[in-house]
Formats: sequence, structure tokens, C-alpha cells
Amino acid sequence: MESKEHLENLSYIRSMMESSTRFISLSGLSGVAAGAWALIGAGVVYFYSDGGYDGIPSSEYPMGISAMNFELGVAMVVLALALLSGYFFTARKAKKGGAKFWSKASMRLSVNLAIPLVAGGLFCLILMHHGFWTMVGPCTLIFYGLGLVNGGKYTVDDIRKLGLIEIVLGLISAFWLKYTLLFWALGFGVLHIFYGALMYFKYEK
Amino acid sequence: MNPSIHKLNKAFESRIRLGIMSILSVNDEIDFNFLKTELEVTDGNLASHLKALEKLSYIHVEKRFVGRKPNTLYSITKKGQRAFSEHLNELEKLLNLGR
Repeated sequence: MESKEHLENLSYIRSMMESSTRFISLSGLSGVAAGAWALIGAGVVYFYSDGGYDGIPSSEYPMGISAMNFELGVAMVVLALALLSGYFFTARKAKKGGAKFWSKASMRLSVNLAIPLVAGGLFCLILMHHGFWTMVGPCTLIFYGLGLVNGGKYTVDDIRKLGLIEIVLGLISAFWLKYTLLFWALGFGVLHIFYGALMYFKYEK
Repeated sequence: MNPSIHKLNKAFESRIRLGIMSILSVNDEIDFNFLKTELEVTDGNLASHLKALEKLSYIHVEKRFVGRKPNTLYSITKKGQRAFSEHLNELEKLLNLGR
């Protein structure tokens, strides 16, 4: 039957278009790990705070580090650990599926994710420079969400949805500054674990 | 109407050519090695299909050097884009007839 061949050709065309533009080796476990690191980080900040959820420390920190440097340090360590474990699980998945980690698709994903993210990171540094500490937490959520929405075109659709939720969370938390730390833990911790698990069971099980 | 008399483009009868056109239609510029790994074909096989598509001026070829290594970039032409989307339309039409 001829139409069967046509159908096969069409699905072949589709799969070639997808695999040459989308990076589908992104592992859900990367998200779960990133979420876990974020929760630990938020826990550390809360432990050293005076019991509020605004993420603004008022007490002195161990080893004479200033409060803000302490929080910045925790955030950087969380970011580094999240990136490392993200690389580990995603490279593992790519290898298992016979795909390369550095491909045209993964480059495109990285670049498009990085543009709003780098802009946001710099903007947050500028906020700190001017002393607008309260806005840093919400801004990280908003710019991270924008990065995911932008990069989401080049990977599985779930990433775009996750990005939209992060943006909404960031906007809400910018309104309720008393709860920044909670929103931050929700956005970077709980949501990552939730979406990571969802992706894991959807594509990797 | 006899459905076997169709307007399917003969140039796209091979799977490899379909693959090349699919990839080029959604990417600006692609090099030889990317096509090779993506389509899982041998150098010679891929080169001959690329040559054929170039002759039809469906694709544009640009030779350059990365360091000392020669590197060839391929992109789809307007003519190629048109021919490929007509081909896709024909495929869809034929599938609807078969139903």
C-alpha cells in the first residue's frame, strides 16, 4: 500500500525537523536535583535568619561574613551544584540515547536560556549595588522564568510551562515581600522537583 | 482520477534527500558532519545526494575553512523551500485520498 509509505515519510520528516532543532535529552532528574539543592539552600538561609520568610537577614553570620555576602554565597553554591548535577544527569541521558551532549540543539537551548538569565543576573547585581535587596529574590524568579520560556522552544514543551509558572510566582512574590524566601523555595525547589519528576516519568520511564 | 498519477517530486524519492531537506528547512546553516551524524549515512552517500540537490538549486553550498580544516555549510534556497513544501502538501493530499 502506497499511503503507508507516504505516512512513514511524513513522520520521518517530522522527526528529522524535531531532532535537529530540539534538545530532548534534558533529564528530569536534573530538575529534581536542582530543586533539592535549592531547598537545602533556602533551609540554610532560613536557619541563619531571625525567623522571618522575607529572606532578608538581620543578624550577623558565622565567621564574620556579612549577612548579604552569606546569602549571595549560598545562592552561588546552590547554582553551581544545580548546574553540576544538571550536567551529570543530562549528559548521562544523552549518552544512553546515543545523542551528543553538545549538539546544535543543545547550544541553541543554552544560548536562548542564557540571554534573559544573564541579563537578569546583571540586573540583580545592579539592584544590590543600589541597595534594593528586597527585589532581588522576585527578580531571580522572573528572569529565570523568562529564560525558560525563551529556551523552551528548543526542548520539551514542559520547560516553557515551568517558565510561565516561575514568572507568575516571581510577580506575586514581588508584591508580598514578606514571603520572598518561601516563594523562592517554591519556585526553585518544589517546582523543579515536581516538573523534574513529571518529565522523568513521562519521557524516561 | 488515478491516485498513482501524482505530482510528487521525483527529487525527493530518497529518504536521505527527504532528511536533508527536513533538517535544512528548519535550520539556517548546517555543516556536513551534522547532516552525517543526524542522518546516519556514509560520506560518499551523503555527498552524492547533496550534489544532486545542489544541481537542482534546492540547496546552497558554501565552502569555508575552520582553522585548516575544510568545512562545508549547507542552507536551503527559496526554490528548495518552495519545492519541499509543495512536496509535503502532495504527501498530505495523497494520504487524505487513501483514507
